[in-house]
Amino acid sequence: MEQKNKYSIIVPTYNERLNIALIVYLIFKHLRSRDVDFEIIVVDDGSPDGTQEVVKQLQKLYGEDHILLRPRPKKLGLGTAYIHGLKHASGNFVVIMDADLSHHPKYLPSFIKKQLETGASIVTGTRYSKGGGVHGWNLMRKLTSRGANVLAQTLLWPGVSDLTGSFRLYRKSVLEDVISSCVSKGYVFQMEMIVRASREGYHIEEVPITFVDRVFGSSKLGGSEIVEYLKGLVYLLVTT
Amino acid sequence: MKHVLKIFSLLLVISALWIGLLQASILPQSHTWLLPIYFIVSLGCYGLLMVGVGLMRFPTCPQEALLLQQDIAEAKGFLKQSGVDVGCK
Repeated sequence: MEQKNKYSIIVPTYNERLNIALIVYLIFKHLRSRDVDFEIIVVDDGSPDGTQEVVKQLQKLYGEDHILLRPRPKKLGLGTAYIHGLKHASGNFVVIMDADLSHHPKYLPSFIKKQLETGASIVTGTRYSKGGGVHGWNLMRKLTSRGANVLAQTLLWPGVSDLTGSFRLYRKSVLEDVISSCVSKGYVFQMEMIVRASREGYHIEEVPITFVDRVFGSSKLGGSEIVEYLKGLVYLLVTT
Repeated sequence: MKHVLKIFSLLLVISALWIGLLQASILPQSHTWLLPIYFIVSLGCYGLLMVGVGLMRFPTCPQEALLLQQDIAEAKGFLKQSGVDVGCK
């Protein structure tokens, strides 16, 4: 008996009024034609720019069974946004992705395909493998990224090439299990998720993805981020 | 086993080997005493090499930015027609 799979795509948003519409369009473009059963769960943290109004318009266009708006009153953090979205997810698989178009929905079919082929519990997107890549990073940014990655690989032996990536497909039960034991914030949270999953012995596969960094207001990587990262590494080294 | 314990056991094994070498006097004592330093320096050099090689071979995708712009234009066109507010920010 074949069980039909349903994919719940959780997209946390904050002031993504334009991007959320674009992302929803692109998700439909790449999944609808492939007979994939999915829903998009938008977890908006009380955006003042009218993101929720745009989502409501999208609901009229695409249907409320495909687009779920589950807002929160204010910015409460990424980890809790996923937990909140999980509560409303009716699929047996969950995809997490960013709303700012750095993650392109065109890779969703390859995530799904990889999972079906291998039966993996987690499929994570990697920017560092052949077929993947980054655009919009200067030399300094690439150096920091590469240095951070080598350090993390040496210390943690994580079994994945891209630790801080946040474009991932999880079996719903696995996500629920892993997320309950994670306490970090920000991108260290993404690292903690995948390292804990790896320690638990979950089957993790990777697919190459391309990452186009924000064209406007590209996030700078300052000294405090580096300190946070190192603290995160030591924390993961000692507690996982 | 916790990961940090794995690393400790590895270091323990390496230390035991080192002490064994010291006691067995296979190599000249002066060299043996310096082995840990050689080990740490080699580890550092290997790390730097990995960073350098990775930096040289860092995968980039400039064409993706263009494709993204095309996708955005296509999306905006469709959404505007369908009554979704995609006004310029």
